[in-house]
Amino acid sequence: MNQSSNIDLLKVSDLKVAYGKVNALTGIDLTLKEGQLVTVIGPNGAGKTTLLSAIMGVLPSSGIIRFDDKEFTSPEVETLVGHGLGLVPEKRELFTSMSVQDNLLLGAFLRYRKGDKTYDKTLAEIYSLFPRLWERRQQQAGTLSGGERQMLAIGRAMMSKPKLLMLDEPSLGLAPLITREIFRIFSDLRRQGVSILLVEQNARAALRVADYAYVLEGGQVAMQGPAAELANDPKVIETYLGLANKHQELLSS
Amino acid sequence: MNFQIATLLGQDGLTNGAIYALLALSILLVFTVTRILLIPLGEFVTFGALTMAAIQMGKAPVLEWLLLLLTTIDCSLDIYQQARTRIDKTKLQKTALKLGYALLMVGLMHYLNLAETPMFFQAVLTLCLIVPLGPIMYRLFFQPLADAPALVLLIVSIATHVAMVGVGLLLFGPEGARTQPFSDSGFRLGNVMLKSQTLWIILVSIVLIVSLFIAFERTLYGKALRATAVNRMGARLQGISPVFAGKATFALAAFLGAASGILIAPITTLYYDSGFIISLKGFVGAIIGGLISYPIAAIGAVAVGMIEAFSMFWASNYKEIIVFTLIIPFLIWRSMNSQHVEDEE
Repeated sequence: MNQSSNIDLLKVSDLKVAYGKVNALTGIDLTLKEGQLVTVIGPNGAGKTTLLSAIMGVLPSSGIIRFDDKEFTSPEVETLVGHGLGLVPEKRELFTSMSVQDNLLLGAFLRYRKGDKTYDKTLAEIYSLFPRLWERRQQQAGTLSGGERQMLAIGRAMMSKPKLLMLDEPSLGLAPLITREIFRIFSDLRRQGVSILLVEQNARAALRVADYAYVLEGGQVAMQGPAAELANDPKVIETYLGLANKHQELLSS
Repeated sequence: MNFQIATLLGQDGLTNGAIYALLALSILLVFTVTRILLIPLGEFVTFGALTMAAIQMGKAPVLEWLLLLLTTIDCSLDIYQQARTRIDKTKLQKTALKLGYALLMVGLMHYLNLAETPMFFQAVLTLCLIVPLGPIMYRLFFQPLADAPALVLLIVSIATHVAMVGVGLLLFGPEGARTQPFSDSGFRLGNVMLKSQTLWIILVSIVLIVSLFIAFERTLYGKALRATAVNRMGARLQGISPVFAGKATFALAAFLGAASGILIAPITTLYYDSGFIISLKGFVGAIIGGLISYPIAAIGAVAVGMIEAFSMFWASNYKEIIVFTLIIPFLIWRSMNSQHVEDEE
């Protein structure tokens, strides 16, 4: 926790989400301090994506979401974006028929509307972070490869200079090498002081970059603690990390 | 056919084409942003023309009561929604402002000596009455099902069109109306007589089309509207509200429709139900542009106007058939050349 301060940036209390009568989240409490990288891991269907969608306001929820000293209950997406929350959703949600550059510029839409003209600088920073996007800036976003799309989705979210960046499964469907590159970028971002809430299937990599971790199971927080401690917890190793060799054996059997 | 007739027909074709181009652009604009095929666009044209005519005759067009009624429904929905969550002061102020505007328009229509006001002011009044109907229409009929499949939106759009034709008959009666031209003078170019209204139509259309093009291709606001069309959730995550985008495009479409109505009212007699066929010809232009390309749609719409004018000379009975048959070769050509960009990864 080298850079994090003691101010709570995001504090979620008793967050509940239901799909009809099915409860997807049953009372989640989660805290993220400024400058921290917090990860949420857990098996399929544990409610990780639901959690991010509820915090962002994409899904209706009950419970209190406290972000940047303001309280929200089941907020509107646009409101939270305006307060500096950014989400890179699992489906990316890019503007596929528009150019890469336009996608990035639209990320700064709210800054532009508020009269902040410094977004050109952010654009240059993002291009230097992702040189591939610079090479392809005139290309339609729909023609990019999976890894490039993920870079574009992250870059677009960063154009708004969010106080907190939430990422949903950024490594989904990406080759290991590109995953490694993307995780390296998270460390870079954190060093720049961006707070990150990361939802990942790849628990091993997530626990390595994170400061603090939550384990979600069946819509509840099953475990939490500093990431380094959780990574050595026997139960976590058993369920989520596995012994690498054993895992490979099982895969090929 | 001699040169004189050809230039006359060309003049007619160009004026009609310019109007069709404006309508084609509105259809395209609304379709790309909201996925709605705006069939009631023609009603904005007739409402514009007939309101202008009523104002010039010095009587209130009755449309202000429709505006007041719809605004009241809109505002009560707003208040109902807020009562369920929590009362927000700025939103209440907005609601009050909307109601106040509608009341002001009613007042203006009844206390102003309408026939005596200058023509420019009459046109502004007409636009002030009709443009707010666009966003209200979006709010009441389309916003609750913004995520519905395009087919549902199309059906609602047809229903709105039918309802508005009925409302048009109720408000303006079955008689047609024509307005005075903007200016009486004619121009002589060589040995060809140009009607001044023709020049007005072409000039205003070009100005509107160029400013639309600049707004949509060059500014971030235009791109934001286009982005909503491409991916609603993606746009919301950047803080672009699809509700705002929908209302903005409907306001723009209502403006372009009403402006077209005001422009053509001096050269054609319009009835409460003439709007449909006019907007359908704009639609042909939009189809030629594949419902995507603004410049091709505009050129297509002008071509529609030209072909209409010349077929009026050679085969006037088959005029409409010739124009609407135009769609078929373009649809075949489009379907053979279409390329799909993969949407999902």
